Amino acid sequence: MAAIELDGLERRYGERVALAGVSVRVKEGQTLAVLGGNGAGKTTLLRVLAGLLRPHGGRARVLGAELPDERWKLPGSIGYLGHEPLLYRELSGRENLAYHARLHGVAPARVDALLDAVGMAQRAGDPVRELSRGMVQRLAVARAVLHEPALLLLDEPRANLDPAAAERLEPLIGRASGRTRVLVSHDVEGTMAESDVILRLKRGRPAAEDEELYR
Amino acid sequence: MIVAARAILRKDLLIELRTKESVPAMTLFTLTVYVLFHFGLDRDSLDGELASGVLWVTLLLAAVIGVSRLFAAEREQGGIEGLLLAPVDRTALFVAKAASLFVMLVMVELVALPAFGLLLLGPGLGGALPELVAILALANLGVAAVGALVAALAAETRARELIVPLLLLPLLVPLLIACAQASEPFLRQDQGPEDLGRWLGLLTLYDVVFVLLSVAVFDYLLED
Repeated sequence: MAAIELDGLERRYGERVALAGVSVRVKEGQTLAVLGGNGAGKTTLLRVLAGLLRPHGGRARVLGAELPDERWKLPGSIGYLGHEPLLYRELSGRENLAYHARLHGVAPARVDALLDAVGMAQRAGDPVRELSRGMVQRLAVARAVLHEPALLLLDEPRANLDPAAAERLEPLIGRASGRTRVLVSHDVEGTMAESDVILRLKRGRPAAEDEELYR
Repeated sequence: MIVAARAILRKDLLIELRTKESVPAMTLFTLTVYVLFHFGLDRDSLDGELASGVLWVTLLLAAVIGVSRLFAAEREQGGIEGLLLAPVDRTALFVAKAASLFVMLVMVELVALPAFGLLLLGPGLGGALPELVAILALANLGVAAVGALVAALAAETRARELIVPLLLLPLLVPLLIACAQASEPFLRQDQGPEDLGRWLGLLTLYDVVFVLLSVAVFDYLLED
């Protein structure tokens, strides 16, 4: 069964076209790599798939929900790791995760297990504003997978992580997690190596295989 | 819904406790305005209609500050996205935000009311305190409901500092009239209730209408 089906997807910001003619099909458990330069529409695509932005044209079906009409079906099924960590700076890592756990109806024990899994148990009581970017990213990963989502939308998931931390997070967000994933990264080779389906975007439109994406 | 509303409320109050942004600003604003009235009117004490008007206009203007900041953490730290991605009924968000504003208003009033009594009021507050507390409770409920609605409307706009007072203050006019009229007899030298039931009834009606209206439309406010 397809986890994601896009057919001629369109999204505009006012007059500006951010996505047009985007079509792709991703089966359950597969990884979709979205490649493209700055402004190619990668983040917009992730936000449409998360149900945070309405598509303006074409067809989009995510986890069986037709967008935008059935967007209400998505909350709780998607783990979203975007540019912002979605963590409150004045709260500690543990308080942030406990807050999201309550919103998702997740048992509190999972918070401690995840803090341990991302290597943040020691600093779990520190306010997020006092943590390094890498530590915040680890907490953001924990937040994204807290509710065991069926679909992971990952925008530069390894940004700010040292190699040891990146390796530590692999079971949570890597191919080993077994989840359907959409992966956006500027690490072209690494991303392609761990993907089953590749979508190349240039200025919001699908690019041909031989087309240079980063000029 | 109750679990989510409690989680959001707890988070909001914890952030306010740590940042100390809204309540101290609202309180300081209120005290400053009372001092300005004290000197601007060049009177040692006020009573009756003037006292009631000064009390309520100041409290409602202070509420504008709280409403403007009500979605600040969600807006600036991605909290809205976090909420939209969670299986949370939007009504829970409305209830939590309204409750958060209600608590902040009560905290401001705990300082503002005695300060008003000391700085501006002639007759003193003591004898009419139970009635004033009832009026304040109903007023706070109305301000909290309208405030949460307006804050959500303005949350995703660029000119939110302009939009909040422009939307909020006209919506608060009926509440101001009822509060000022209900309080006026208790702020006179010859204290005594006059049509208190009528004004409390109007306040209750205002609260019910805006709570129901807010619950009905809140679902659509945070949509893209």
